Amino acid sequence: MGEAIAFYFISACILGFAVLVISTKDTVHSVLFLVLDFLFVAALYVLLGAQFVAAIQILVYAGGIVVLYLFVVMLVNLKRPPEAHQDPHRRTNWGLALSVAVLVELAAVGGYSYARPAPALAAAVAASPMPVTGNTEQVGWMLYTNYLIPFEIASMLLLVAMIGAIVLAKREL
Amino acid sequence: MPMITPTHYMLLSAALFMIGVIGVMVRRNIIIIFMSIELILNAVNINLIAFSAQLQNVVGQVFAIFVIAVAAAEAAVGLGIILAFYRNKETVNIDEMNLMRW
Repeated sequence: MGEAIAFYFISACILGFAVLVISTKDTVHSVLFLVLDFLFVAALYVLLGAQFVAAIQILVYAGGIVVLYLFVVMLVNLKRPPEAHQDPHRRTNWGLALSVAVLVELAAVGGYSYARPAPALAAAVAASPMPVTGNTEQVGWMLYTNYLIPFEIASMLLLVAMIGAIVLAKREL
Repeated sequence: MPMITPTHYMLLSAALFMIGVIGVMVRRNIIIIFMSIELILNAVNINLIAFSAQLQNVVGQVFAIFVIAVAAAEAAVGLGIILAFYRNKETVNIDEMNLMRW
């Protein structure tokens, strides 16, 4: 009962703030709504028992990425709002139509899986007991044993992205 | 009140994904488009974590962390491109970003 109430409240907040993010005129307000949206997503992770990912979500998304967005919004001082310039060749209706097409495809996939449910997923649960307990310990154990190579590749990707961003943002090479 | 099943989380994830897709398709400000992409990645993460909780398997959370790392890299490089473009063309409107249009 309590879980259901929490889920519906958090879901309503997530979707409402997401709609505000893409519909607000002022870009700064949009970024601030994005922060609230990420915080509620983190609350959803806590509800699902993934405390470590919730902490990472708050630290990296709400603390790091959104501040980066805010810096760019402040640096890009818009003398005229970008929405003012109307391209006569732009077809916004087509964009909406394509979005609806994606929605229909999602509904088709959902309906198919509802009509013909997949064999019991619970059978796929790996019965490999981990020597540690607790969410953070489990995630760390997986990251440093089974997923060590992807973990290192992710750190390499971050390094390359950092150098690339610096090179892109320099005034002259 | 019924139990919260993975179907509920998948519906929430699909709705958030759709909001992100509509933002990418409809808005013209490229910063808003980047934020819509972040919303899409968050929808994917909700799906991963929901199945991780359902299957009692922590691998979904590991992949969610990878998704967050890739999102951070994407935001850094993308915002660098936006800044470089803004210095040259004084605009963030994607309708005016047609240098490479055929």
